[in-house]
Amino acid sequence: MVNVKTSSGSDALTDTKEISKDKPLLEIRGVSKKFGDFIAVNNVDLDIYQGELFCLLGGSGCGKTTLLRMLAGFEKPSSGQILIDSQDMSEVPPYKRPTNMMFQNYALFPHMTVEKNIAFGLEQDGLAKAEISDKIDSILKLVELQDYKKRRPQQLSGGQRQRVALARALVKQPKLLLLDEPLGALDKKLREQTQFELMNIQDKVGVTFVVVTHDQEEAMTLSTRIAVMDRGRFIQTGTPTEIYEYPRDRFVADFIGSANILDGKVVSNLEGIIKVSTYLGKFSFKSNSNISKGSNLYVGLRPEKISISRTSSKSTNITGYIDDIGYFGNTSRYKVRLDNDQIIDVTAQNQKRPKDEKDRLTYEDKVQLSWDNSSAMLLLK
Amino acid sequence: MHNERSGFLTLMLTVGLAFLYIPMVLLVIYSFNYSKLVPVWGGWSTRWYKVLFESPEVWEAVRLSLQIAFINATFATMLGALAGLAMVRFGKFRGRTLFGGMLVAPLVMPEVITGLSLLIFFISLKELIGWPLERGFTTITIAHITFSLAYVAVIVQARLTGMGVSLEEAAADLGAKPFKVMSSITLPRLAPGLLSGWLLAFCLSLDDLVIASFVTGPGSTTLPILIFSRIRLGLRPDINALATIIIIFVAILVAIAAYIMLRQQRRELIDQQMAARGDV
Repeated sequence: MVNVKTSSGSDALTDTKEISKDKPLLEIRGVSKKFGDFIAVNNVDLDIYQGELFCLLGGSGCGKTTLLRMLAGFEKPSSGQILIDSQDMSEVPPYKRPTNMMFQNYALFPHMTVEKNIAFGLEQDGLAKAEISDKIDSILKLVELQDYKKRRPQQLSGGQRQRVALARALVKQPKLLLLDEPLGALDKKLREQTQFELMNIQDKVGVTFVVVTHDQEEAMTLSTRIAVMDRGRFIQTGTPTEIYEYPRDRFVADFIGSANILDGKVVSNLEGIIKVSTYLGKFSFKSNSNISKGSNLYVGLRPEKISISRTSSKSTNITGYIDDIGYFGNTSRYKVRLDNDQIIDVTAQNQKRPKDEKDRLTYEDKVQLSWDNSSAMLLLK
Repeated sequence: MHNERSGFLTLMLTVGLAFLYIPMVLLVIYSFNYSKLVPVWGGWSTRWYKVLFESPEVWEAVRLSLQIAFINATFATMLGALAGLAMVRFGKFRGRTLFGGMLVAPLVMPEVITGLSLLIFFISLKELIGWPLERGFTTITIAHITFSLAYVAVIVQARLTGMGVSLEEAAADLGAKPFKVMSSITLPRLAPGLLSGWLLAFCLSLDDLVIASFVTGPGSTTLPILIFSRIRLGLRPDINALATIIIIFVAILVAIAAYIMLRQQRRELIDQQMAARGDV
């Protein structure tokens, strides 16, 4: 699930979609938000371009929802500026902004039918009845709910409500669609299915999406770019692949997927090559960072980038003993204890069904771990 | 499942219900007593109902009480709703805590004190601006509104807090201006709260004896005042008849409310079943 877009062979999705890089649609300039003494959003800068599906990813209380609410106009920035299509939004109330929001619990109007819910936004624009009903029909077709016009929200399942909420927000053709945990209220199976639906819909309508989520898998699957947030700041911004394969620091490496984090010391930093020594040996990285020799940093090694086997080979890096096993069916997670009592996490695909008990790796087995040093990640903090 | 009712629970239920309802049953039975002396049984009769229907001052009192209750409920609901909205939706304004405290003060204030202070207020107002000339209908209504609106405000506050702001934000986000948000989202969602607030204010007013006694004047006798003043001169069988009519009236209202609630529950169940069929 590292990057479904490439693994499903449809990386055309990211390539063909014309994301114009010359003029950002949304510009966030030094925006902060304080609630009393608490700084929810701390001096954030960001550009989002037309056609992007951008994810704000972070744990609860990291400021992602506050930032989204500032984009919608429900909160005013304490300082800084938000521009949409080069227009300053500071004094623009929510009902005049070219944005629409899909709320966390959908916020469908319970006293109105599906049809009336969707019509609500169009009526505010003073559109003619015939036009409104045409728009409702076509948006309901897009979310495949044509037969549910007359139902009230209470008569819909979670998945259907989610689609009504999406339709209601999209029907106004906003420049920017804001989605607050769009899949958070769905169960796991439905969530996976809906992720792809959401991407397809975004692709069809071409509206720029800004999604807030705490679910890293959701962010990885959905987005063209991700901003990882912590304590009101952006820690790292980039494509899902960049964030996963080249996390900047321990927080990102640990938050997106999982990683073995090794303490390291810089041995040398010459001509853009940094050499780091750890208890798993020396690693070298290409980097133009100016870290001086002798300083401490970390090296990350993802569990799935380590292979595990009973038989030793030339590529073996280290031997250990299996301390614990987590069996997930498609993969297994091993905790391997090294001679120095350090534990290394390893994830292995269960490509073949074990023939018998002996064929299967089990507790206290002596195993050989190997990896490609180029898979290691340099973590600055 | 524990199907057999335990003997102790049945006993407690019987005792509890008896405690609550025997007095009322007695009252109903005695309203059909022929005898002029309430405690003496003189055989079955509808004599006192006839007396009751032929006494105009009782019907005058009923009319006055209903009129006051209706106007009181309507004004208290409007003012209470505004106060509740200010408390929950206006954010932090100067004096909010004080306002909130003063708003609920009538709930905990002893009725005699409320009544007395209102009486003094009306007297000094008359001295100052010459109004109200006479105490009666107007002063009772004003007095009732002052304490009923506190109850409405509490109900509205609870309902608004429970509703949350996301529906209103969603409406604003879809382009609705503040007034439109209020009229198409907040008020319809608030309607059940306003209705129960109105009914509560109505009942409080019908029920009130103490405050009305303070601020009433000659010629304005509400139903509770009438009943109480008659009882003071000794138990009277026609009052029993009046009380029986009131009990039947209330019982019918409760039955209607129960029926509406039952229908609502059934509808919710059907909604849930429809919803459950959705995710396939």
